[in-house]
Amino acid sequence: MTALLDATGLVKTYTAKRAGVFRRAVQFNAVDGVDLHIKRGETLGIVGESGCGKSTLARLLLGLSPMDRGAVTIDGIALPKDDNRAWRALRKRVQLVYQDAAGALDPRMTVQSQVEEPLRIHGLPLVDAQQALAAVALVGALAERYPHELSGGQLQRVVIARALALAPEILVLDEPVSALDVSIQAQIVNLLMDLQRDRGLTYLFVSHDLSVVRHISNRVAVMYLGQIVEEAARNALFERPLHPYTRALMAAVPRPDPAHRRAVTISLGDPPNPANPPKGCRFHPRCALAQERCRREVPMLRDFGGRLAACHFVEAETI
Amino acid sequence: MRWVALKTLRAVLTMWLVVTFVFFVLRLSGDPTYILLPDDIDEATRDFYRRLWGLDQPIFVQYWNYLGALLQGDFGISFRNNQDALQLVWERVPKTALLMGASLVVSLLIGLPLGILAALYRDTWIDRLTMSISVFGFSLPNFFLGILLILIFSLNLRVLPSSGSDTWAHLIMPTLALGTYYAAQFARYTRSSMIDVLSKPYMRTARSKGAGRLRRVNLHALPNAAIPVVTILGFRIGDMLGGAVVIETVFAWPGIGRLLTGAVAARDLAVVQCIMILLALTMVLANMITDLVYGWLDPRVRVGGKAGAR
Amino acid sequence: MSETTIPSRTTRLAWVKEMPLSVKLAAGFMAMMLFVMVFARVIQPYAFDYINLMSRMTPPLPLPGSSWAHPAGTDTLGRDLFSRLLVGAQTSMLLALLGTCLGAVLGIALGFLAAHKGRLWDEVIMGLVDFQAAMPWFIVALAVLAFLGNSMVIFIAIMALYGWETYARITRGLVISAREQGYALAVRGLGARPRWIYLRHILPNIAGPLLVQLTVNFPATILFETSLSFLGLGIRPPMTSLGQMLGEGRDYLINAWWLAVVPGLTIFFITLSMSILGDWLRARLDPSLEE
Repeated sequence: MTALLDATGLVKTYTAKRAGVFRRAVQFNAVDGVDLHIKRGETLGIVGESGCGKSTLARLLLGLSPMDRGAVTIDGIALPKDDNRAWRALRKRVQLVYQDAAGALDPRMTVQSQVEEPLRIHGLPLVDAQQALAAVALVGALAERYPHELSGGQLQRVVIARALALAPEILVLDEPVSALDVSIQAQIVNLLMDLQRDRGLTYLFVSHDLSVVRHISNRVAVMYLGQIVEEAARNALFERPLHPYTRALMAAVPRPDPAHRRAVTISLGDPPNPANPPKGCRFHPRCALAQERCRREVPMLRDFGGRLAACHFVEAETI
Repeated sequence: MRWVALKTLRAVLTMWLVVTFVFFVLRLSGDPTYILLPDDIDEATRDFYRRLWGLDQPIFVQYWNYLGALLQGDFGISFRNNQDALQLVWERVPKTALLMGASLVVSLLIGLPLGILAALYRDTWIDRLTMSISVFGFSLPNFFLGILLILIFSLNLRVLPSSGSDTWAHLIMPTLALGTYYAAQFARYTRSSMIDVLSKPYMRTARSKGAGRLRRVNLHALPNAAIPVVTILGFRIGDMLGGAVVIETVFAWPGIGRLLTGAVAARDLAVVQCIMILLALTMVLANMITDLVYGWLDPRVRVGGKAGAR
Repeated sequence: MSETTIPSRTTRLAWVKEMPLSVKLAAGFMAMMLFVMVFARVIQPYAFDYINLMSRMTPPLPLPGSSWAHPAGTDTLGRDLFSRLLVGAQTSMLLALLGTCLGAVLGIALGFLAAHKGRLWDEVIMGLVDFQAAMPWFIVALAVLAFLGNSMVIFIAIMALYGWETYARITRGLVISAREQGYALAVRGLGARPRWIYLRHILPNIAGPLLVQLTVNFPATILFETSLSFLGLGIRPPMTSLGQMLGEGRDYLINAWWLAVVPGLTIFFITLSMSILGDWLRARLDPSLEE
């Protein structure tokens, strides 16, 4: 089965300090050689600490910020580099759902007109907006309200409805629930799962929250300092994480039982400055298993029977 | 220093643009011999003057020569009385400087205390009254205020002279007419600036240290509140020059403005050019000094460089 | 303009109710002036330039010797001052409105351009802004009108160029910060062209501060025009404007002071009303000014 969304060798370089007369520009790769393949109808979760480049990756996949190297194809169509007609046409197939729903909505427009807007932009009949609003259970008087009159969960549903109005095949969800209360989070995640079932949507779900990712994803990729360090089917990853970083992340997840929590929580400390990543394996300064080899040699992403990991000390027989 | 150099460079560039603009726009009006000479002279005389003034050369050569002359301080000859234009203008500078200086002092003397008072008694009747007076003050057109003053003090009460500049009494009405607008503006800016400063944490610190009210205001609030007011002062010089032209005409005050209206009416090209360039230079210098003073008072500005006090 | 603060219709009516009296008066006066601007020639009781030497320098109404035939009196040529006032106000209002709007459109467009294109465009436009701010524009206007002749087109062009740089500076700053807002990026993600985003999202969202600037600029433009006309440039006879009337009346202060005072007061009321409206609007649109 071929992938609906294919990304190979994505690189995004940012300039931390501009070049001056006496200094060279300081540049760093927020996304540094990422490959992704998402099949139709599945949900790929991407987890990582904040600042690891996962949101940048999401924006690259949509073409919202131009990539410096690499290529993205959507259903066999290459994503154009510039903001041209073909790029705008692809918006109908891929949409983004934002973390900051309140900020993503124009404060001066009603819910109804915000959801109609993508249809106006593409010259499509406006009736689809009703359907999209109904799909997220925003009906009646709510549609006539302004964003500041809605709750956080309602706002996020507006953003989802606006994305759905164009009937896209892929939704890229960038931390869609992390700004919400836990009780609302569950609502939104369940809504997303229902929508996926009803409409056959394909999701890329970006989050720093392992439990949410575990709930919604079929496959999960773990990102560290701009690179994918492990990728596996959901159950395989959560039951038997291979990469030390993945293990550390899981250990850091708070458990309901306080006594147990203290025992397993390993302090990861702060991640290194992404502008100046460590040589060799990028995780080695924080890794309990690190050896001399890790300081020198960059581990490649290797295949261990249908799952991938980038660590020198993972061997095929350990699986 | 790099910051100062950048500001200077920008000022020089702006001046060059101004000079170029003045040269070409005033030349657009056509052959200056038609403007400056009587209509009924013959072509031979016209040609003589064209050669004399260098008008027979291509426009860019003229422009080049003009720039060169300006750099040597040669602004040309007033055709009305054959005097050096710069000298003619220079003679008038003291009178205009006196008028503007007096207006500035008066407006600060009125505006600053009013603004401070309004800020200290914020949202009381004192504040409301001061701010109402201020709105009236800067809505009153200066030329109309001048005429009202003449009507009241010269024609009805007969206590002040309406024109000329011979005595100190002559200075009173023009100063009031020009200064009222700025007094009103300063009162407003001082008020909002004071309110801003009074709400800052360091004012609360000063209070908790037990500093008296007068001491707090004088030592802590005023210097900080002065920063935005100084800025306004610098950027308003241009407006004030325009206002001075009108006021000098109303009161027959023999300054640059009066010279300008006369020169404009007589189409005295060299004098008009000279005045425009000098005034632009004054404004550019005032803006630059304001920028520098502001940067000196508020070191945060320097870091941004371009994010100036606008 | 103000949906953020007043979304529903009921609060919108309450808005008018809680206007202070001074604001209501100012709004009323400006509405009257707009009416005069449109209908001056229809409602003038006499032709504004109709000369009647039989009734020269009649004083205005409450004064002895006045008559209902000329409620605001007559001038030295016996022309009806009320009619002249209407037409003069019409001219001044029209010119100020035209000048303000043209300047605003020019400045806003260049501000958008500078923000959108960035780099060289930005540098050049901001350089022009500095240049414009460094010009003693009133004096430039004086000279240009004197040397290039007194055509209406030139006069309006000069007025339009007066103050455009403030709009450009404000617009550029607002656009740059508004563009970084999530909603602008989000709409781009929906597949909108830059023009769509600028016109439908950014412009409405920055309209408030620009509107406030408009209320600052309008009285300044009125003063600009009346000052020039007062000095005998700009509007000249047989046309009339408030400034031109005031300049003319200045010569008769001794025996007909109202010739100067009546148009002068009219200018004052216009600028006063706009300042009051502007202050009120600013307080409404910028809550940071109030605590």
